[in-house]
Amino acid sequence: MRSSTFRRSRRPRRLVAYAATAALATSLLAACSSDDEGGSAGDGKITLNVGTFGVLGLKQAGLYDEYEKSHPNITIKENVIERNDAYYPKLLTQLQSGAGVNDVAAIEVSNITEVVQTQGAKFEDLGKAKGVDKSTYLDWKWKQATTEDGKTIGLGVDIGPTALCYRKDLFEKAGLPTDREKLAKEWAGDWDKYVALGKKYMEKAPKGTKFVDSASSVYNAVFAGATERYYDKSGKEIYEDSQGRKDAWDAAMKVAQGDMSAKLKQFDPTWDQGFANARFATVACPAWMAGYIQEKGGAEGKGQWDMAKAPTDGNWGGTFLGVPSAGKHKKEATELAVWLTQPEQLAKVFAKQASFPSTPSAYDTLKPSAATKAYFNDAPITEIFADIAKNTPSAVYGIKDAQIGQSITDIGVLQVEQQGKSPDEGWEAAQKEIKDVLGQ
Amino acid sequence: MSETAEYAETAPPGKGDAAPAATGSKTSRTPSPWRSRLYRWDIKASPYVFVAPFFLFFGAFGLFPLLYTGWASLHRLELTNLDDSTWLGLDNYTNLLQSEYFWNALGNTFTIGVISTVPQLAIALGIAHLLNYKLRGSTLWRVAMLAPYATSVASASLVFTLLFAWDGGMVNWLIGSVGFDPVNWRESSWGSQFAVSSIVIWRWTGYNALIYLAAMQAVPHDLYESAALDGASRWQQFRHVTIPMLRPTILFTVVVSTIGATQLFGEPLLFGGTAGSKGGADHQFQTLGLYLYDQGWINGHLGRASAVAWLMLVILLLIAAVNMLIARRLRKDR
Repeated sequence: MRSSTFRRSRRPRRLVAYAATAALATSLLAACSSDDEGGSAGDGKITLNVGTFGVLGLKQAGLYDEYEKSHPNITIKENVIERNDAYYPKLLTQLQSGAGVNDVAAIEVSNITEVVQTQGAKFEDLGKAKGVDKSTYLDWKWKQATTEDGKTIGLGVDIGPTALCYRKDLFEKAGLPTDREKLAKEWAGDWDKYVALGKKYMEKAPKGTKFVDSASSVYNAVFAGATERYYDKSGKEIYEDSQGRKDAWDAAMKVAQGDMSAKLKQFDPTWDQGFANARFATVACPAWMAGYIQEKGGAEGKGQWDMAKAPTDGNWGGTFLGVPSAGKHKKEATELAVWLTQPEQLAKVFAKQASFPSTPSAYDTLKPSAATKAYFNDAPITEIFADIAKNTPSAVYGIKDAQIGQSITDIGVLQVEQQGKSPDEGWEAAQKEIKDVLGQ
Repeated sequence: MSETAEYAETAPPGKGDAAPAATGSKTSRTPSPWRSRLYRWDIKASPYVFVAPFFLFFGAFGLFPLLYTGWASLHRLELTNLDDSTWLGLDNYTNLLQSEYFWNALGNTFTIGVISTVPQLAIALGIAHLLNYKLRGSTLWRVAMLAPYATSVASASLVFTLLFAWDGGMVNWLIGSVGFDPVNWRESSWGSQFAVSSIVIWRWTGYNALIYLAAMQAVPHDLYESAALDGASRWQQFRHVTIPMLRPTILFTVVVSTIGATQLFGEPLLFGGTAGSKGGADHQFQTLGLYLYDQGWINGHLGRASAVAWLMLVILLLIAAVNMLIARRLRKDR
């Protein structure tokens, strides 16, 4: 029985097996080669891949469409990874292997020092690219992305001048002033005054609401204005004694222990719901957050949110665009990166998404105010952010800023805020985590 | 065509030594010597060609990474600079064995593994037993069993994260309506482990149930009939007929589930939300998989991460050895 079927069908079966093997092999080869081509089709069309984390606003502001229109041979594809902690390791691996790199890659400001110091050789020098005018960019932003030997590997897209956003309606119910000027004056210069207002808020807090979304939000907002961060100028870690870190930690602890926080974790789905359900009255508000609040707060939040200057001026977050040297279309990618970061373009991104330009010459063109303005009760958000950006102290960024910051907020602050540990215990845990992160 | 067939008959595969004699006696019917050589070569080589893809794939995606990881685990290798590595010897391993985060992750992996695997298999067995009865629309039920397994980890974890939300989650709402205080599921140590296990249980129970069901349907029916004649109740039939007959299958699912539990990664990562690789503020649900990811991809210490990977391999081998011993004992018992 077995041998007869074997006999009849041996040849065809073998053919099938050969065919299958061949098909498998060719499809594998095809999979590899299509990667290599980088999407350049036969008709001279070029696909440029732009790698970003979260919403950068370039696409939303219609910049890609505009560029494609004026450059008919170019198609732009944006590859978004929602969170930077997933995006950044991928960027590093791509740079190391040289395979699968995006033609244009976004870099977050907390990673920029590490990229400049360790990956400088793997990027094109955009400082010398055609059409780049150094003087249009903020000086400190330019320096952040420039290597010691003067190679500029990233052009600034947005910065994060940090204001405070607050729910006017909740403030009113709690018997607090709602005027943005008055509020800014009331807490100006001192985060303790902001915390004191929080205490007042909690006395008459509308049911189910808290003063702030999370203690980490306060930590980040205070830290944004720090002149002394986690590293000193020579690149030595000083996070233990840094004044900026201490101030931020203390403010966060007061909020956590004073039960003023809704205990949400930023960028979690529940946090998004917190916006929609009006569970908290204030949130630290870097420019890029304004677009986020508008998106998550939905129609009901419109006009209820308002924006005031924070006690101190600072910068939280921001992005650069770099062109990896391993890319297939470096020339075209460089042109695109340069064009995207021109003041006119960044002004358009601000108008749509409120991401604040890193090119001061764009500020004048920001007058036609951002789409988010009405959402924030017609607050003059352009002036507020421009004013903060102007007064932000220059700060030294370090090589592992991102990981140190994450250890403090996601381990230290969270232990105190959500697990009820003491500030000392929380700080000890954060320190231990940082030591582990740094491989000490 | 017919030649090949006859040839095949005289020299079935696996008896390669018979081939030359066979061809020798049939030279008159073979048109050219190179063709016959080709046939001979074909007979000998074809099996290798057929199995080659597996070995090529295994070499490229299994063996090479394994060896490279082993090499990396003996070096200081950073994600930011893969071209530069310094020899460390066993430093990565000794550091790990001294790291409380490693032991914490190992412990969590074990506890989460136990509280997800044991109920999961028990429930799966029960469900399979129910499905084994004559039911209306049995195919529908079986497909329904597989639905959670077909759901992606990402969406399942997202839904569970919202269910277990500290503020406004459905689970807290439910236990609140019974009069209990809300639990901060993610930040309490047993709460978070329970929540992570529930995702695992939800996803894999149906899958295991179908495996059990398949095995149950292979149990000869007359065993049940004779048991019934002897007056055994359904429960007694289940205990004294089904379970013993299913023993090899149960062992298989235990092994597979244990391996899955040791490598548990996606569920806790996504349950943790932002900075999920830390496994909570106190690393309370950081599994070995998460610890590896945190070391390698968040902190950029690829050498250390490789050492974690190799330790995980050793642990899996130990588990496999223990399972083998148990299996042997069971076989002797019978």
